[in-house]
Amino acid sequence: MRVTTVVIGGGHNGLAISKCLTDRSIDHVVIERGEVANSWKFERWDSLRLLTPNWQSSLPGHAYEGEHPDEFMAMPELIEFIEGYAKVIAAPICGGTTVTAVRRNDLGYEVVTDDGTWHCSTVVLASGACNVAAVPDVAEALPETVDSLTPLQYRNADQLADGGVLVVGASATGAQLADEIHRSGRPVTISVGEHVRMPRTYRGRDVQWWMDAAGVLDEMYTEVDDITRARRVPSPQLVGTPGRSDIDLNALLSTGVEVRGRLGGIRDGIAQFSGGFRNHCVLADLKMNRLLNTFDEWADDEGCSDDLPEPHRFTPTAVEDEPPLGMDLGNGQIRTVLWATGFRPDYSWLDVPVLDRKGRVKHDGGVVDSPGMYIMGLPFLRRRKSSFIHGAEDDANDLADHLASHVGATTSPRLR
Amino acid sequence: MTITDTPVDNGVNVEALLGARTALIETPAAAQFQWRASCTWVNGTHSTSSVEGFFGLGEEQKHKTSHTFDVDHPEIFASEDNGVTPLEYVLVGLAGCLTAGIASVAQNREIQLRSVSATLEGAMDVLGILGGDSEVRNGFSGIKVHYTVDADASDDDIRALVAQSQKRSAVFDIVSNPTNITVEVN
Repeated sequence: MRVTTVVIGGGHNGLAISKCLTDRSIDHVVIERGEVANSWKFERWDSLRLLTPNWQSSLPGHAYEGEHPDEFMAMPELIEFIEGYAKVIAAPICGGTTVTAVRRNDLGYEVVTDDGTWHCSTVVLASGACNVAAVPDVAEALPETVDSLTPLQYRNADQLADGGVLVVGASATGAQLADEIHRSGRPVTISVGEHVRMPRTYRGRDVQWWMDAAGVLDEMYTEVDDITRARRVPSPQLVGTPGRSDIDLNALLSTGVEVRGRLGGIRDGIAQFSGGFRNHCVLADLKMNRLLNTFDEWADDEGCSDDLPEPHRFTPTAVEDEPPLGMDLGNGQIRTVLWATGFRPDYSWLDVPVLDRKGRVKHDGGVVDSPGMYIMGLPFLRRRKSSFIHGAEDDANDLADHLASHVGATTSPRLR
Repeated sequence: MTITDTPVDNGVNVEALLGARTALIETPAAAQFQWRASCTWVNGTHSTSSVEGFFGLGEEQKHKTSHTFDVDHPEIFASEDNGVTPLEYVLVGLAGCLTAGIASVAQNREIQLRSVSATLEGAMDVLGILGGDSEVRNGFSGIKVHYTVDADASDDDIRALVAQSQKRSAVFDIVSNPTNITVEVN
């Protein structure tokens, strides 16, 4: 089978680039291992909502038109939104088809699937950034009596044994699951390394409104000092609840969650937490205040500061005088460890030498280090918003332009 | 407020460090270093340790001169006090590491330092090392560091400087996180 472009993945990123390719009259196919929005359907926990308000949810040529612009989509609504989009743009989806290999050949690429092989000059990797849960090596030292699971396996607290839970990691995932599990009556301890503290609302507006308005989300990958580092920053401690509550460490502490430092090791069944916890909190508070300064300066420059409530600063993260450094994982109090330690993409099917020594795809703003190959949906791919739903649009347009010029430049007139 | 064109100079060659980082990302094998010390018992609790060579950038390296350190315990422990205690060397290492970090980060952030000083306190219940109470750990129960920094920067920027230095400090990491130690004999 021959086509100009194969898009791998039928999530919001694959669909966004599909729409942009259609707009440029580039014939293509979207190969999806399962159904449209598969990860959102089958690989997320039950209570998950987007971190962005509905008004922000948009894809190329498709905006949110519901009645609750300031609320946050739960998964069923998001799945409906993405499925609706696939229909509206009439995306050429080839569902239930798994890509088993992508190889380079003289004419471009061959994309091998469990239902035939596609030959194409260009390929877009839109298979997601969160295919595999990244679990640290220290997990191997966990006592056998303790259950171990990842957020990809977690659906709700009912599936956990009664008893204590250690949540490792305090990004959006770790903070949200620590809160939910603690509320189920299972006492939670959360282990916290470097983290991003962020209030849900500031001066009467949602933090996403501020970031959007102040241009933070549109910041380009070429504009930041250290893009490698910017791409590794964990997701902010945010949750999209109707009550717009915060889910930072102070909020978790107020519900009774125990907070500890980064998990450094497990020795003889004892979890060892870092003594550098206080500094991680200081860094997070300073960085949050720097972001709030950016907001305040923007409001002053725009002359809209007087229309908003007064600037203020949040209470510094409370750290007890001597946070405990160890916890016995073998005494039966902790029954489950949940590894909220991040995710990584799965490129096991990618037989093109484009991975760096850390297994990451080498790319320049989504233009992969192999002519005619593109990637979508990674954190800070081109813009700070790249990994958000609404971040797909600008990236897809930019990359579709690049792809179109590549196709135009490489297609010989004879074959047209 | 006066604006001057004097370039920020804390005596740190940030360009060289950033250049080294870029080069080492390309050739990660050269980033594998080994730091060394050797120690000889003198008498009682007195020993001398010396430091000269180390390994890095793919080959043997040497300090400009070798350095020797006397290690001992004070007279109240019935020792001769020929040198500072090993614990105090840990504080010295932590202070040196954090302070070097502050100068480097300040240079990178274009903050001119005027003075930086620190006091360090390691609290310890010696019943641990004396075997007098099995519930007391041998090492410090906690370390307090107090920095006084005078620099051309806001309080928050100075705090961020000191926080970033902790984040990048090797000794801070060694002291605050577990490290496997293998001790062999003969």
